[in-house]
Order: sequence, then structure tokens, then C-alpha cells
Amino acid sequence: MKGSVNRAPYYFIAPTLILLTIFSLLPIFVALFISFTNMDLVGLADYSNIKFVGLKNYINVLADPIFLKSIGNTLFYVIIGVPLVIVCSLGVALMINFGKARIFKAFRVIFYMPAVTNVVAVAVVWGYMYNTKFGLFNYILESIHLPAVPWLTHPVWAKLSLILLAVWRAIGLNMIIFIAALQGIPKSYYEAAQLDGASNWKQLTSITLPMLRFAIFFVSITTMIGWLQFFEEPFIMTQGKPLDSTTSVALFIYRNGFQLSNFGYAAAGSFVLFFAIIIITLIQFKFQNKDTDL
Amino acid sequence: MKSSSTAAMKPMKSTNRQEKLFQWFVGIILTIGGILMLIPFFWMVLSSLKHESELMKLPLTIFPSSPTLENFTKLFENMNFAVYLKNTLIIVFFSFIGLFLNAAAGFGFAKYDFKGRDSLFYIVLATMMIPGQVTMIPVYLILNMMNLTNTMIGIVLPGLVGAFGIFLFRQFMSTIPNELLEATRLDGASEFRLFVQIILPLTKPILAVQGILTFIAGWNSFLWPLIIANDEKLYTLSVGLSLLKGQYGGNYALQMAGSAFMIIPVIIIFIIFQKHIIENYTISGMK
Repeated sequence: MKGSVNRAPYYFIAPTLILLTIFSLLPIFVALFISFTNMDLVGLADYSNIKFVGLKNYINVLADPIFLKSIGNTLFYVIIGVPLVIVCSLGVALMINFGKARIFKAFRVIFYMPAVTNVVAVAVVWGYMYNTKFGLFNYILESIHLPAVPWLTHPVWAKLSLILLAVWRAIGLNMIIFIAALQGIPKSYYEAAQLDGASNWKQLTSITLPMLRFAIFFVSITTMIGWLQFFEEPFIMTQGKPLDSTTSVALFIYRNGFQLSNFGYAAAGSFVLFFAIIIITLIQFKFQNKDTDL
Repeated sequence: MKSSSTAAMKPMKSTNRQEKLFQWFVGIILTIGGILMLIPFFWMVLSSLKHESELMKLPLTIFPSSPTLENFTKLFENMNFAVYLKNTLIIVFFSFIGLFLNAAAGFGFAKYDFKGRDSLFYIVLATMMIPGQVTMIPVYLILNMMNLTNTMIGIVLPGLVGAFGIFLFRQFMSTIPNELLEATRLDGASEFRLFVQIILPLTKPILAVQGILTFIAGWNSFLWPLIIANDEKLYTLSVGLSLLKGQYGGNYALQMAGSAFMIIPVIIIFIIFQKHIIENYTISGMK
């Protein structure tokens, strides 16, 4: 009996560990390996056709104008999208937390709702609302005598339109994280501040925001990683159009891997993305440490 | 939430009134924001009930002039939505098996002391950091090597288990007292029975939340079916919907019906269980 207890934990963890090894850990090494080869459909059919090409994929991908453009687009998504998500979700969280009436709890449900819905389905819905001629947005703009907007057809507007959709979906989860953090701030801090006659604004800037530093850091890192992997929205709504001005790095990798079957080339691109994510995360951690030292 | 200002109730009446006014002001801003958040859903439902021609007529109408369900029936007649629905439900079913495996692994990590436990658990956590774009291509090649591309097993396997679920189960199960396990062992129960009959019922709160989230994730699954399925017979609702967008690009009424068909069940489930889902994040999200 003792023996069965000793072996039992391995039976419990084995299935998951095997699956995680095959589909999460092993793939890293496979990806690294094929990023140095010319793996494509020919190589897939017969492994003897696979040749080592050294760093050629990396050199080519870093010189590929579409890849460079996709990096620029992805940076645009990150630089506009991350602050927007933080400001919106933090703003909503502060307002909901501020409210005393029971109705304020219902707002959590409403603002969270877009987060549980299917990306493909909402992208289809937004694609219709963005339609320049029959879409809801231009209809509203025209009815208040504003000029129509080329939502998905102008290079810059198209990026902003995709960001708007993604922000709409991202508010909910981050709002919940902020509300949880807000409720963790001891009430006594506010009571003391109120006795000193501190205004609401003063309480916000000198108690709430400093106490939320870790939550803001957490949300900005996870949001940034999410934006660096931005994929479904451009894939469904624009396919990178117009002229690759909405193509993200993730979409570039998917297209090269699964539509053009240049597996080695796409794997090299994916490692460039991976390194970018690691480096940006490390930089953020460094800034965070400096913050807490002060 | 409530007590934050009760301590300051003493001061003058005017601040009290100001405070109340400000409460109303914030409530109104949130209401406007909430309506804006919901507009896409309303527009989707209203448009899905209109005839195709009504969507292409200017000026736009807000409410359908003669509500119809023909778009929904077309999903099943012109497109293979019945097949997509069946495949999606199969994936949901398998993802519940994945949930069970996650729970078992969480139990293994939480309640046993064995060689290499901590390092194995760190490896599990490390898999959370790997971006999907890096594993996408090699996983396809690995499945291809196993002759599993274009099969349901191939679609299901890559996302079956996940580190986050294992982590949550482990955290929760660590709080179950060991004496309870020992007592059951003395009664001669096997370790597996211990897990199924004692541990799982105790894990109900987290199992419920994870179950709902698993359902939603399975229902929404898109990337793996898209990559692995070459055959329409294996498409899920999401993949079918993106196909519909390609084939019926101009037929927005049909597209809205397809979207509503996918979104409404999830919203209903979410509203029923919202308290558990939101509190799950409040508990586990910030630790």
C-alpha cells in the first residue's frame, strides 16, 4: 500500500506533464531548430530535403520590408493600445469602486461582457459597424453632420479601428484586476485622510494611485505582451489590408507559416518576436524595481 | 466599498450633498459608458433580425421593419452550421476532460511530496510564458509527424491542458487538511478514489468557475481548428464564421445571425454565473 502512495502523484501529474512537454516545451526546441533550416512543404513531405541554412532566415526576415512594416504596426498598437487600455480600465474601476449604490455592481457585468465573447464573432460585428457606407458608425457621424471616416480603408484609421475593438474587449478583465486591487487598500488610510480634510482628488493621487502601483505594473506587462501578439482582429477584419498597414508580427508569422508554408522563415520571425517580448518585459521589470527603491 | 466615507459623515451637510451629487455624476458617466459598451451587441441582434435588403437601404433603420428569423435558418441551410455546432460541442466535451486532467495534476502537486516536485512545477509555470506564435508552427509539424493533422484529436490535444488551470487547482487544494486524506486512506480507499470522491467535491467552487471558463474557451476555440482542420467537416463555429465572412462578404444580415448564434449563448451563461466568474478573478487574479 505504501508503494502505491509513492507512485500515485506521478500518475496524477503524468498526463498533463506529457501533454505540456509535447505541445509547449518540445515545440520551443523544434522551432529553434527549424528556424535554421529551409523547412517548407517540400521538407514536410520528405525530411531528407531539409537543409541547414545557418542564419539566412534571420538575416532575410530582418530585411523583409513587410516584416519591418509589421514591427512598426505592432509598435503602433502597443504605444497607442497599452496606455488606452490602462486609462480606460482604471477609470472604469475607480468609478465603479467609488459608487455606493448597488447598481454599481451591475456595471462590472456590463463592462466585462465583451471579454467573454468570441473574437471572430465580435470582429465580424465590428467589421459591419465599420462599413463606410452601411455601417452604424458613419451613419451616426453623418446624422450629426460630421464627415464620414474611412474606418478600415485608410492606413492609419484602420490601425486605430482595430485598436478600438481590442480596447473594448480588454477593458473588462483589467477592470476586474483593478477593482480587486482597489478593495485591497486598507480603509483606514482614507479615513485618516478624510479627517485631515483631504479632497477626493488628493486621496486619489496620494493614496489610491500609489497603492495601485503593482496592479498597474501587472496590467501594463500583460497588456503589452497581449498587444505584441495581436492577431485575430487584423486576421479577420482586414487581413493586413490596406497595403499591409494593419499586418501585425503575429499575422506575418501566421501568413508565412500556414499560407505560404515557409516554416523555417516563419519560425525565425517568431523567435524575433519572442526575444522582443522578453527584452521589453525585462526592461519593464527594471523600471519597476527602480520605482520601488524610491 | 461602503464604509469608506461613513467615518467622515460628521462634517457639514453641504459636503454630504456634494458627495451625493458626485455619486450621481459618476453613475451617469458609467451608464453612458455602459450603453456604448453594449451597442455592438444590440446592433448585432437587431441586424440579424432584419431582411438582407433592409441592411442595404439608406437611411438605416434601427429596428427591423418586419422581424424575421430567415437569417438563422439560412445558417443551417446554406452553410454547415449544424456540423460546426457539433464539432464545437465535441471540443467543449474534450476540454472538460482537460479540466479533469488539470485538477488531477493540481492534486498531485498540492498533496504529495515526491522527488522533483518543485522543479517540475516551475517547468509547468514556465510554459505560461511561451507565446503562441512560437509554438504554433512546431506544434503543427509535430502533429503532422504523428499523422494527426486534419483530425479532431489533433485539434483538441494542443490546448487540452494548461498551466494556469493547474496552478489554480494546486493553490486551492493545498488548503485541504491532510488529516482528511489520512482518515480516508485508513478506510482503505485507493488514491484515485480519494481524488474523485473526497477532493473533487471539496474543490467545487473552483471547479465550477473553471468549468464555466472551460466551456467558454472551448466554445470560442479558433486558432487550433483553423490551423489543424483542412476539411470543412472539422470546422468549429468560429472557423465557420470566418469562412462565412469570406464567402458572404456583403451579406451582413447573415453574418450578424452567425455572430449572434455564437455570442448569445455565452452571454446568457456569463450573466447566470457572472458572480462566480468575476469573483474568481478577484480571488485568484491578484495573488
